Order: sequence, then C-alpha cells, then structure tokens
Amino acid sequence: MKRLIGLFLLWLPLSSHAALNVFACEPEWASLARELGGDDVRVYAATTAFQDPHRIEARPSLIAQMRRADLVICTGAELEIGWLPVLLREAGNSRVQPGQPGYVETAKWVALIDKPAQVDRSAGDVHAEGNPHIHTDPRNLLRISAALAARLAEIDPPNAQAYQKRGQSFDARWRTAITRWESRAAPLRNQPVAVQHKSFSYLLRWLGLREVAVLEPQPGVEPSVTHLARVAAQLQATPARMVLRATYQSARPADWLARRAGIPAVALPYTVGGSDRASDLFGLFDDTLDLLLKAAP
Amino acid sequence: MFRPAILAAAMAAAFPAHANPELAALRAELKEMRTAYEARIQALESKIQQAEAAPPSQAARAQPADAAAGNRFNPDISLILQGRYSQLDNVGERRITGFMPAGDHDDVTRGFSVDHTELVMSANIDPYSRGYFNMALKDEKVSVEEAWFQTSHLGHGVSIKGGRFLSGLGYQNEKHPHAWDFADNNLMYRVLFGEGYGNDGLQLKWVAPTELFLEFGAEAGRGASFPGSDRKKNGAGSRVLFGHLGGDVGTSHSWRSGVSFLQTKASDRKGEILDLDDAEVETKFTGDSETWMADLVWKWAPDGNARERNFSLATEYFRRKETGLLSCENGRCGAASKGDYRTTQSGYYAQAVYQFMPRWRTGYRYDHLNPGSVDFGANNANLPVSNAHPTRHSLMLDYSPSEFSRVRLQYAKDRSMTGLNEGQWFLQYVHSLGSHGAHKF
Repeated sequence: MKRLIGLFLLWLPLSSHAALNVFACEPEWASLARELGGDDVRVYAATTAFQDPHRIEARPSLIAQMRRADLVICTGAELEIGWLPVLLREAGNSRVQPGQPGYVETAKWVALIDKPAQVDRSAGDVHAEGNPHIHTDPRNLLRISAALAARLAEIDPPNAQAYQKRGQSFDARWRTAITRWESRAAPLRNQPVAVQHKSFSYLLRWLGLREVAVLEPQPGVEPSVTHLARVAAQLQATPARMVLRATYQSARPADWLARRAGIPAVALPYTVGGSDRASDLFGLFDDTLDLLLKAAP
Repeated sequence: MFRPAILAAAMAAAFPAHANPELAALRAELKEMRTAYEARIQALESKIQQAEAAPPSQAARAQPADAAAGNRFNPDISLILQGRYSQLDNVGERRITGFMPAGDHDDVTRGFSVDHTELVMSANIDPYSRGYFNMALKDEKVSVEEAWFQTSHLGHGVSIKGGRFLSGLGYQNEKHPHAWDFADNNLMYRVLFGEGYGNDGLQLKWVAPTELFLEFGAEAGRGASFPGSDRKKNGAGSRVLFGHLGGDVGTSHSWRSGVSFLQTKASDRKGEILDLDDAEVETKFTGDSETWMADLVWKWAPDGNARERNFSLATEYFRRKETGLLSCENGRCGAASKGDYRTTQSGYYAQAVYQFMPRWRTGYRYDHLNPGSVDFGANNANLPVSNAHPTRHSLMLDYSPSEFSRVRLQYAKDRSMTGLNEGQWFLQYVHSLGSHGAHKF
C-alpha cells in the first residue's frame, strides 16, 4: 500500500517552480498567452478553430485541465455559457473562479457591439451582453494584450518584467501589423458582404465592409432552405460581393447561396489554427486579408 | 498592500548593524517586492496609455441605466415544461417481474399527460459557495428534487456539497428526466431507485491534479429513499463511494468510466408484489442492501465539433445484494409470514444516440435485467421466484428546433413483465424556459 501511494505521488506533477498553467477557452487567447508568456507559461487550448465555441461538451479532459490551471482566459459575454460553468464547478479550483485574479473574461476589456435592445429567446441564441467574437478586430487585441500582460505579472510576480517586456514587444509588432493590414485593406472599404453567422461583425466594422445579409434566420439557428431562398432574393435587390463563413461552420448554406447568387463563398480561418497560414495571430489576419482581397476584385 | 514591505523596512531599521543572514534574507525579500511592485505599476501605466491610444469605440461607453437593477442579484431561474402522448396496453400496475418495486414510482399514463414541471433556481451564495434548487410539480404533488449548497473556494480540487442532491453514483443518476435521451427511464434505474438515487446528506469530492481526469467522491446521507428506508435515527443511513476516470482520444473522441458503491439499510421497507396465486401481497423488508455499479460513456464528434454530427454510447451495469428478513401479508401469506430474504440481482442497459444532422438525433437502447438468485426462506412456499430476464428494446427519433426545445418520438418493445410483449409509442416534448444551465458530459 505504501509503495502504491509512493508511486501515485510520483505520478503527480512536481509543480513548485514549473511554468504557469494557462487554460485558454479559445485558440486566439491561447496564441496571445503564448506571445506574452513565452517559456514562462504552459498553454492549453480548450477548443480548436474547427469547433463551435458556443457548443462544446464539458468533457472530463477539460475538467482535468481546469483543475491544474493557474489562469483561465475566456471570451465571456456568454459565449461559453453552455460549458464553462460546468468546468469551473466540477474542477474545484479556487484560483480560477470568477472574481479571482486567475479568471479573465477578455470581453470585459473591450466595448461590445450588437448589444440587443431587448432580450428574448424568440430572437434566437442572443447574447445579452453583445457580440462575443471580439478578436476579429485586431485593435481589440491591443487593449486585451496590455491588460493580459498586467494580469500575468500580477499572478506570477517573479516573472513580471518578462511579461511586460513581451507585452511591449507584441504591442509594437501588432501596431505595425495593423497599419500594414489597414493600408492593404483599403480596396475592401464599403464592399457589401453576406455572412453566415455574426462571427465577423468586428472584422467588418474595422475594415469598413458592409454586412447586407445574414444567412442564419436567428443567431445560432441553422438556416433552412426557404430562408436561404429569401436571402437569395434579397441579394438580387442589394447584391453582395461574397458570402463569409468561419471554418467551423457548415459549408452547405454559404456554398448554396454563393452558387445561387453567382458570388464567391469564402471560408475565413476565424481564429488561430483555422487554416495552415493562420498558425498564430499575425498569420490569422494575413490570411484573412488575402482571402478577402482575392474574393473582392 | 504595502504592509509587508513596511514591516520589513521597520525590522531592518530596528536591527541595524548585525550582518546576520536573516536580515540579509529580509533585505532580499524587500528588494524582490519592490521590483515586483514596480513592474505592476509599469504595467498599469502602460495599460492606461494603451487605453488612451486605442481607437475610440462606436459602442457608447456609458451604458444605459439598468432598469432592472433591483433584480440583478436574483438567482437564475428556469422552468422545464414536459408532456407526452403514450400509446400503451392496459396492464394495470407495471411491476418488473422478479424485482421488488422501487419506491412510489409513478406509472406511465395512457393517452395525453403532462409530466413533472421542473422549476430550477441557482446562484452564487457568496464568494465561498453556490446554491441550487430544483422542484418538481405535478397536480397536487410538489417534491423538492434537489436543494443544496456547494463550496467553490476550497481549492485543491476539493468541493463539498450539502443538502438534498442526486447522488454522484453511476452515469445517468445526476441527470433529471428532461436531460434523458429517451422518453422513459431505463429498466436498470427503475429497479434500482425508481427514478434516480437522491439523498439528504453530504458529498465530498476530489479531482486529482492529473492529465487524465480522475475524480473520487464519498457521500453520507439519511438513506431514506429506496433501496433504503427512513429509520429515524442519528448518524448516516447510507454511504456512497464513487470514482471516475476519463479523457480524450485524439480530438474527436472522449470518454468517461466509473465505479460506484452504495451501502444502505432498510427497516420495514414496503413493497407490493404478486404471490404464487397472482394475488397482491404487501411485503416489508428489513436488512442490508449493497449495490455495485459500473459505467462507461464514449462520445464522438468529427474534429470535436458536435454541432453538425455527433455520436454517444453509454452503458451501465449493476449488481445488488440484499440480505435480511422479509415479512408478507395477505394472499397466501395470511396475517403475516416472516422469512429470511437473500437476493443477488444484476442488470445493464446500453444506449447509442446519433445526431446525423443539425437538430435531428436518433437513438437505440437495450435493457436487460437478471433476477439472479432470490431466496424468500420460509416464504418460498408463498412467493414466486422468477428466472425470466426482463428485456426491452427502445428506438427514438428527436428533433430540436433550438437548444431550448425538443420533440421526441419513441417506440419500445417491452418484455419486462411475464406474459407481456408490448409495443409502446411515446410522443414527447421538453421545453426549457429562462436561463437554462449547462449540462454535464
């Protein structure tokens, strides 16, 4: 028995001076945590770009990771409401409970758009706090990275300076990149587009693209054929240049409408890992812009 | 905030000249604190700078005054509406052959009926714990299904739950009927607990800090519900132990398995069964009841994205041993006939549910019970011992217009009673109003 306990203890991670365990709900926050944390953090991404962040199973593996986390970074604004509360409840980790320094909702650090005037389920899967897909506007990441670097410094004081240095470096590189993206995206301004779900509202607002149609009849509700036909008719009156969807969303509705309207359907990576080139945050926007520019002549 | 630093400085001033190692350590600590705080101040400064530099947002910063400010601290409330149409044979009391009836289980109603309406409230109580309340309403009956608090601040993977709660044993046990994948309960849980095992008591749970999900739980409770009975005594009337193990295989597969043990006692636990002449007799059981359970759940979704298609497989097995005395009244038993009682019974169910396209799921479930060995002692002359294995096949198709509503059609071939070979149809709806909480794996 004693030997069994000894073996069991050996199996537990020896964690007194190990890297900070970061649990990121979405790949974009995992990537940002890697930018700011470098070797001082060990990052676990709970979801991939091919999964719908609204609908994730509260899997045992996620509870196990939540149990070991020193810092949890999620979007908030009810994006993870279907699974994150279960993980927080089941993991028994007091460091990362809401209200603790180890719990971060990035949506709290930026201003949200699409906030519904009235909240009722007859309007579909609405988010009372606003549209949670904030990372699609790179300017939001400036604010979030600064706040996140400060938070990392707060919960891991011995490495505070390293986080600040990486934060400043990221900030400088990110600002340069934003300038580059904005000048490249000039031809996209005022182009009309149709979107499958309101996943890109921030991106469109940043680049000045106009959203003229949404394929989902209500947020989170799968489009039916009759509804798509209505959207197609609507597009004849107000044409769009392209149909946008995220990689995790089904290709069928966007492809169907694109064929019907004779415009390209574009699958944007949406987040880090959504395409080969979107291997980090910089690649994500490089690839997104390339795809948009290619579709809009 | 700066108190330790001031304290350290004061101590440094109070004991100046001696170059002792403690002092050196204190100085080092002080220096370390100073650099840490400087870094934090820098961080805050840069945060302010960046906030100023970042482009102003269109969404107005000033939020409109919240009219419902007084309600902000109200608990989350949700209401579950459930109802059905059942097409069943007229067989009177539905007793599963070879097994003692578990509690006052409601019989399924023929024709149209409304199931329990569930009212659920939950909220954080304070930074230290959260509370949950679930009430089931049906006609003149109101029952408190769950009413508990659970700690959230203990850390180290430990949590304590207290009050009335559904036990953590097995897999399906913690799920309320609205979260079941079929219109009715599986036969295993029906013979074990009626619906599910609920208890008034305490639960201690620990999640291990390992890569693989590993969880242990222990419960002590009143033990008033079947297979125990309320014995109106101090101390714990029932004990539950359970362990879970789970993880992922690649990005598309995830699983959880578990073993549970329930030990309780009964005193004059009432039951109604048929004697050898098919006459109704009333039994009272006094003795020990021990149940072992094993469960396995396997889920699949392409790339882990369950939105389009997903598949889940769940199976549970039990083995229950009861020893003690059984008395029976009426029928062949006459005024009262006491005898030894000794049973070892087992059973299992296995179910598969497949979402083949958004909104649509289909599922199949197989139930199988083994009455095992039953010894009524002196009452063997009065009471029947069955060796028929009750079985049932169920097939369902459900459609969910949204995450908050579901309509289900189910057909079952039920052979759970001797002489019965019944085709059953159910058409059921489950609607969830309000802020419906997340479901477990």
